[in-house]
Amino acid sequence: MLFTVLTGLITSSLLIPFGKFIKTKWSIVLPFIPVFLFIFYLLQVSSVASGINFVQHISWVPSLGVNFDFRLDGLSLLFALLITGIGSGIFFYGRTYLKGHPYFDRFFGYLLLFMSAMLGVVLANNIITLFIFWELTSISSFFLIGFNNDNKDSRKSAITALSITGIGGFFLLAGLLLLGNIAETFIISELIDRRDIIINHSLYPLFVGLIFLGAFTKSAQFPFHFWLPGAMKAPTPVSAYLHSATMVKAGIYLLARFTPILGNTDFWNYTLMIVGGITMIYAAVHSLFRIDLKGILAYSTISALGILTFLLGLGTKDAIIAASVFILVHALYKATLFMVTGIIDHETHTRDITQLAGLRKVLFPVFIAALLAALSSAGLPLTFGFIGKDLIYEATLHYANNWALWLTILAVATNTALVAAGFMAGVKPFVGKLPTQFEKIHLPYSSMWLPPLILGVLGIVFGCMPGMIGDIFNHRAADSIFGAETEMHLKIWHGFNTVLILSLCTLAAGTLLYLFNKPSAAKLNAVERLNNISPQHIILKLASLVERFSTAYTNNVHDGFLRSYHFKIIVFAELLLAYKLWLSGPIQIDFEKLTPITWYEIAFVLILIGAVYLIVTTKSRLTSVVSTSVIGYCICLIFVFYSAPDLAMTQFTIDTLTTVLFVLVLYKLPGFINFAKKGVQIRDAIVALGFGVIISLIMLKVLYEPTTTEISDFYGENSYLLAKGKNVVNVILVDFRGIDTMFETVVLSIAALGVYSLIKLRLKSSEKE
Amino acid sequence: MELLLVFVIGLLYAAGVYLILRRSMVKLLLGIMLLGNGTNILIFLLGTITKGKPPVIDEAYKVFQEIYADPIPQALILTAIVISFGLTSFAIVLLKRVYALVDSDDLDDLNTPEEEDL
Repeated sequence: MLFTVLTGLITSSLLIPFGKFIKTKWSIVLPFIPVFLFIFYLLQVSSVASGINFVQHISWVPSLGVNFDFRLDGLSLLFALLITGIGSGIFFYGRTYLKGHPYFDRFFGYLLLFMSAMLGVVLANNIITLFIFWELTSISSFFLIGFNNDNKDSRKSAITALSITGIGGFFLLAGLLLLGNIAETFIISELIDRRDIIINHSLYPLFVGLIFLGAFTKSAQFPFHFWLPGAMKAPTPVSAYLHSATMVKAGIYLLARFTPILGNTDFWNYTLMIVGGITMIYAAVHSLFRIDLKGILAYSTISALGILTFLLGLGTKDAIIAASVFILVHALYKATLFMVTGIIDHETHTRDITQLAGLRKVLFPVFIAALLAALSSAGLPLTFGFIGKDLIYEATLHYANNWALWLTILAVATNTALVAAGFMAGVKPFVGKLPTQFEKIHLPYSSMWLPPLILGVLGIVFGCMPGMIGDIFNHRAADSIFGAETEMHLKIWHGFNTVLILSLCTLAAGTLLYLFNKPSAAKLNAVERLNNISPQHIILKLASLVERFSTAYTNNVHDGFLRSYHFKIIVFAELLLAYKLWLSGPIQIDFEKLTPITWYEIAFVLILIGAVYLIVTTKSRLTSVVSTSVIGYCICLIFVFYSAPDLAMTQFTIDTLTTVLFVLVLYKLPGFINFAKKGVQIRDAIVALGFGVIISLIMLKVLYEPTTTEISDFYGENSYLLAKGKNVVNVILVDFRGIDTMFETVVLSIAALGVYSLIKLRLKSSEKE
Repeated sequence: MELLLVFVIGLLYAAGVYLILRRSMVKLLLGIMLLGNGTNILIFLLGTITKGKPPVIDEAYKVFQEIYADPIPQALILTAIVISFGLTSFAIVLLKRVYALVDSDDLDDLNTPEEEDL
């Protein structure tokens, strides 16, 4: 299975060097990649249907439990078939759609990357691997949505989509890590066995909530749904692929995958029911007001995703069966409608349904495809959509807790709106009188209209033999979600019962709604006015608030003055150190350990104090430089008094050298100008004194601590025995820590080079400014 | 004596911090040098200070016969002195170069090109 994931990744990276090549007639090889993968997964159908699950394990970071674990069960297979199957259609379609586009190669690179990532998500059996592929879908879809990168709206939508799904991904990772740590395994199939530990854990609501956030953002659930209509800025093949079968279904897949592990608790069921319920009705109603074909499809997709979430929330056997079938139903008709929209857009250069009419006369095969998809979406008997709708009603009608009535009403209302939306997108542009400006339109290449037609016809074929299709594709998927045998078997005819009546009522009501609802720009504007309170508006507002805050923060903290940075850093360090010092208790001094003070020591300290005073107060540069060298010599004396002859010599040499250099270079400069006001000087003096006091106090604390001399003793004992040197300090530097010293020499050489070149550097007068 | 050194460390730190809060580049550099000197004594004081017993083994013996000054802080400080000399000398030359270019010792004058970029 790894190779199916890698195929796309490798070909995608091959497109970087061979991109030019693929823009020629060789582009025909591209669609055969998904076709090949699709055939591979078709061949797995029979064994999976008989209940065999393939498992593959490739070690990656075994010590962390992160591995390439893949597992092919019914649910994975259903999604893998959708990804590769719909993908095949999209690849053929997109090749023609983007023919001659300058970024043709780039487009297919992204698309292949995305396909592989999706396959990785649905096949992964390790939650970390799953997450990695999940992020990869977000990233590759960012490139696909923002494909028209010269369009500002397109870039903005891509960023919105990435930030929403990216934030969701972040929460998802947190949730998955918590889950993995609690269950002590990252392997999904093992998590199922530890269900009891997981659902009884006190953190259960937390990590389930985090996982929900990941799934809801990805699957565009209310209130995170708004990135999806924005993502319609992408080229239509992308919308068709991302929003029918793949990207947005990833969230549904995640929920379905975790249902047997985390599901069937009150928290799980009610959250999904509420979020899914709100999403499905909210988006379905919204879709009725759109006049942009893709807008209609976007909102009806959100609504369909809401239905799926809702069904998973119901969690009953009927609901799971309905969900597993509806995934397939929706993928088939939505991909068709998107591709049809793409053809219309491609040929007429408009997607405004108030302008489109009568296209059946010029685009007849496209009309057939659209009609079949619209009928399937409406749930006309003998279409696959009919089966899906029946199952949904069955699930709501049989839900316990006396809620059945309300849930059914909700489902009927949503579906009624969806029927109308389906007709608006699939029928409206084709009926009526053909406007004159569209008369010259001709049918595009067959590679563009064949894929939607095939998918549309499949919707009918599947609808006519649901039993077989259900057994092959959906039965094991439903089993995987339910976590047990569902004994699912689909039938065309369930008898004349409530479900059938509801189905027909929905169809009738939806058709009436379609006939009477005349979407127009005016109505759309009326709805748009409500945008001020929509989640999109609120989240974007929040984002701009964060931006304003960070601008203000940056302007205040990073004002561009070095001393102000120093001031902030020092004050912060002081507070931190003072707090720590305060925590560590009172300061003690062991007077017996101290060495006695002699008069000459007091003398040099007095000199030092005088020198420091001069440096701080003087207006002459020379005085301050000389005072600094006086301080250096005083320190040199300390080293002499306290048995450090090497240090004394070094300090003496270096200090002399520094002073000479300083004087040589700086003697020309004028005296200091005192810029600071009195108040600022006092403030700085207080801060500086505070810092000195804190350092002194820390030093006193350190003095009281007993010193350990282990390492010193080692050097002392072995200096001569191992290194044949009697001056221990020298031996440490050139022998024990020889490499250290060598690099020190390197540093000095670099500094010397720098000094030399800066002195030698003569700028031309033009470069001086 | 330790207490006196503690005072000296505090004094050097305070003076160093005060100087790096000034606007003058030369003062900034002097401040850094003072901080460096203060730190050297701080490290020196971390080992036990001993009078008149340098860590040099007597000619006649192969190992130490009596108490001696801690060699590790000395080795560390030796490195520190030399490295800080590299820093200081480079900084001095750099200061000269900056002065030649902008004709000022004022750090704020260096901000101007950045503002023009905005």
